[in-house]
Amino acid sequence: MENWSLFSLCVLLGLTSRWAVSFHSYSGAGKPPMFGDYEAQRHWQEVTYNLPVHEWYFNTTNNDLNYWGLDYPPLTAYHSLVCAYVAKLLNPEWVELHASRGYESHSHKLFMRATVLFTDILIYIPAVLLYCFYFCDGSSKQKVATALCILLYPGLILIDYGHFQYNSVSLGLALWGILGLGLGWDLFGSLAFTLALNYKQMELYHSLPFFCYLLGKCIKQGLIGRGFFQLAKISLTVLVTFALCWMPFLSDPKQPLQVLHRLFPFGRGLFEDKVANTWCSLNVLIKIKTLLSRETQLFLSFALTLLFILPSSLKLLSKPNLWQFKLALVNSSLAFFLFSFQVHEKSILLAAFMLPLLVKDGLLLPYVVTSLAFLFLSLYLLSHLTRTNEPLFWYFPFLVISVATFVWLEPPAKFPDLFPVLVSILSFLHFLGFIIYFNLVQLMEPQRKKSQKKTN
Amino acid sequence: TVMAAPMTNDQSWFYALALGVSFLKCLLINAYHSTDFEVHRNWLALTHSLPVSQWYYEATSEWTLDYPPLFAWFEYGLSHIACFFDKEMLVVPNLNYASPATVLFQRLSVIVADVVFFYAVKECCKCLREDKGKDLLGKPSFILTVLLLWNFGLLIVDRILGDLAINKHFEGAFLFSVLLNLKHIYLYIAPAYGIYLLRCFCFTQSNADGSLQWRSFSVVRLVILGTIVLSTFAVSFGPFIALGQLPQVLSRLFPFKRGLCHAYWAPNIWALYNIADKAFSILGVKFRLLDINKLPKASMTGGLVQEFQHSVLPSVSPLATLVCTLLSILPALFKIWHRPNGARGFLRCLVICALGSFMFGWHVHEKAIMMAILPLSLLAVDSRKDAGIFLMLSVTSHYSLFPLLFTTQELPIKIFLMLLFTIFSLASLKTLFRKGGALLNPLEVTYLLGLIPLELICEFVYPLTVWQKTFPFLPLMLTSVYCALGVTYAFIRLYISLLTCSDTTKKTKMQ
Repeated sequence: MENWSLFSLCVLLGLTSRWAVSFHSYSGAGKPPMFGDYEAQRHWQEVTYNLPVHEWYFNTTNNDLNYWGLDYPPLTAYHSLVCAYVAKLLNPEWVELHASRGYESHSHKLFMRATVLFTDILIYIPAVLLYCFYFCDGSSKQKVATALCILLYPGLILIDYGHFQYNSVSLGLALWGILGLGLGWDLFGSLAFTLALNYKQMELYHSLPFFCYLLGKCIKQGLIGRGFFQLAKISLTVLVTFALCWMPFLSDPKQPLQVLHRLFPFGRGLFEDKVANTWCSLNVLIKIKTLLSRETQLFLSFALTLLFILPSSLKLLSKPNLWQFKLALVNSSLAFFLFSFQVHEKSILLAAFMLPLLVKDGLLLPYVVTSLAFLFLSLYLLSHLTRTNEPLFWYFPFLVISVATFVWLEPPAKFPDLFPVLVSILSFLHFLGFIIYFNLVQLMEPQRKKSQKKTN
Repeated sequence: TVMAAPMTNDQSWFYALALGVSFLKCLLINAYHSTDFEVHRNWLALTHSLPVSQWYYEATSEWTLDYPPLFAWFEYGLSHIACFFDKEMLVVPNLNYASPATVLFQRLSVIVADVVFFYAVKECCKCLREDKGKDLLGKPSFILTVLLLWNFGLLIVDRILGDLAINKHFEGAFLFSVLLNLKHIYLYIAPAYGIYLLRCFCFTQSNADGSLQWRSFSVVRLVILGTIVLSTFAVSFGPFIALGQLPQVLSRLFPFKRGLCHAYWAPNIWALYNIADKAFSILGVKFRLLDINKLPKASMTGGLVQEFQHSVLPSVSPLATLVCTLLSILPALFKIWHRPNGARGFLRCLVICALGSFMFGWHVHEKAIMMAILPLSLLAVDSRKDAGIFLMLSVTSHYSLFPLLFTTQELPIKIFLMLLFTIFSLASLKTLFRKGGALLNPLEVTYLLGLIPLELICEFVYPLTVWQKTFPFLPLMLTSVYCALGVTYAFIRLYISLLTCSDTTKKTKMQ
């Protein structure tokens, strides 16, 4: 079959599963007074539409920051504003200041889901297709298989279309950045990534590899001469993009500070809820959250993050090629996830370990279905493409069994949180294993060029 | 386990596809469920809670039992499983009861039924030529089909076809009578089946050129055939005959009180007939040939089912439709009596019978077109001409099913799935028949492409215009008529191909 038809089938399958998941409930459905992420997004549309820009990030009578205050960078706010304009056209009640709090209706849900689909089609899916087309090795069948795997990735589908978020925008933009760098269009790549960064600060996880890769490339071209000009152009692009995004907030020095304060809430502590990272897992044994002072916690997390990120970044700096770049992305995001401050589970977007969050949203069924489908499909497809499938096979049944146990067994009364904690710790151990493995791969560069694993 | 072996054999793609469809359907459990859902819930309830003598008299809900007795028995069996999900759904007065457990049960039973379907499809696959990899069949036809319809009967059709291919006539006959008793819609294809069985089973040999050898008529076989068929009917209808309820049952099964066309017109001849009638009446009034007061008030474009009169053209009675149907399928029946041409010939005749009944039948539902498409898909992978006809018919009829899913929420789904199916069938059939030029001629391509503006107008543009209030059913009418043209075209082409097909029996791959 021709390529175009295979790729369009992939896209259609991806779109169908996305929309099918969207039929199910969203975060905080029918749960006053706070509801959930869905309400947060709706609230941001309300805030950005009705209030002037300088009030968006501040606590005012009209804008109660305790009720889902904006905590993403300006691009999210602009996106919400655009959505709000459309919402106003369709039904003004949806963004009525104050009065629309907790608004829930079937048509509103359709509207919100439609906005996610729209941005997905616009940004994320083309990026995935181009990536698979240009940067995957192998026959066209393998490229299509990879595209299908990525498009059917349950974590993203469930978070964006179930729970409700717009991760596809930031991930898509980051992917465009990677594409740009891969094609040699450094300026375009930097622009795209800067936009991604301005959409969700979580993209900082990927920033160091971008920085090191570009810097390394410029150094290779010679710091006196072409390299320097390239560096200057890139820096200019980045700065201008930042300036454009933050323009409304630059008039008053208090503004950017407040925004930063909202973006990086150091006041909130080392971690919240059950996250599969070091601090949460460590906390089970040693109560570091209460033992250490906040400054010490900050310092510790900073130091460890840096420690784990340094080897990979330095290696990338010395050898700025695409393979190193991709691995560095993985390592960097893992390091940040495991060790940084105030991390949320969503940061990792890995299906199997999001179970506690998704059960809360009533998304168990779509989760199970998509995860199983994904596992089966990727096993099926990947086993066709690679020959190293033995270790995978004992691993996935193990995962399935542990998931099943979690769902069906009742935890003992003394430890009501037993299972979420166990799952977290289990996941943490996995991630620790991953980060060590990928660091080794990146640093030692074994001869085979297997660069398919991009787990973010 | 399946997953442990390195999957280089071709069987695994089938499971991948089958699982994929099931997963998708699990996800769609929350989707809008049409009145069919309430229909089946009602039937579950009444078979469960009422004594047998009441089944065909019960009329609390508007959806009375109008399928043959075997189906009723099937629902009765199913209702015992339904008990475990939600007892409330089995209470008859609980009209439109739709708790999550109920929906779950209904959808799950569809999925289980699908497993049978998958098995049947698999059997069909076995009979086909083992060619290159995964693009072999119009498989996704069942994705769309089963997704849009809950048609247990279809499963058995394929089971029969699978059997036939291996020449197990006994089982075929038995299953077919069972089928007939499950859904009398299969009366559509009963003539084909009956003639074929009579011809091939009761006459044990054919002449060298395939024509009839009268001497080989086997009375024994006829008796066996008759016994199988009659006994199945006896088991199914038995209790009702004993209770003296046969007239009531028959009147429920064949409700001629319900108008010529179903709620949303099926794209058949009568849709065109209705349009012509409407057009003439409007023109007649305009040119003062008719008196507007003498015209009957009934609006054909209303969505309800009702009996009414045509204004200009002669009214159509049930008998007239029966005669038309029989006339339309007689040539085909005669052809296979004369020269059976093995399973392929039978399939072709089957498709024609189904299509003929669809085209001329009384109160036809759009779903009925599926009975023609499924066997046609088997033919399509074997011959170029059939592939072209299949593409025309399937795309048109799938589009005609769009009005069945009319909520905004389902709009993306139906568009995505339709595109999925169309692209897949187009691309795979093209690859299969690479040599020999295009599958569709330019006229056909234009017609199919015309569906896109049609969809845009009906779904997006029209609702925003003034006429939405005054003529709300105009888009449906347009859809029906446009699709009716395509279906008629396919019917004619199929007939031509049947009547002109050469009798040289190159040993068909379907035996």
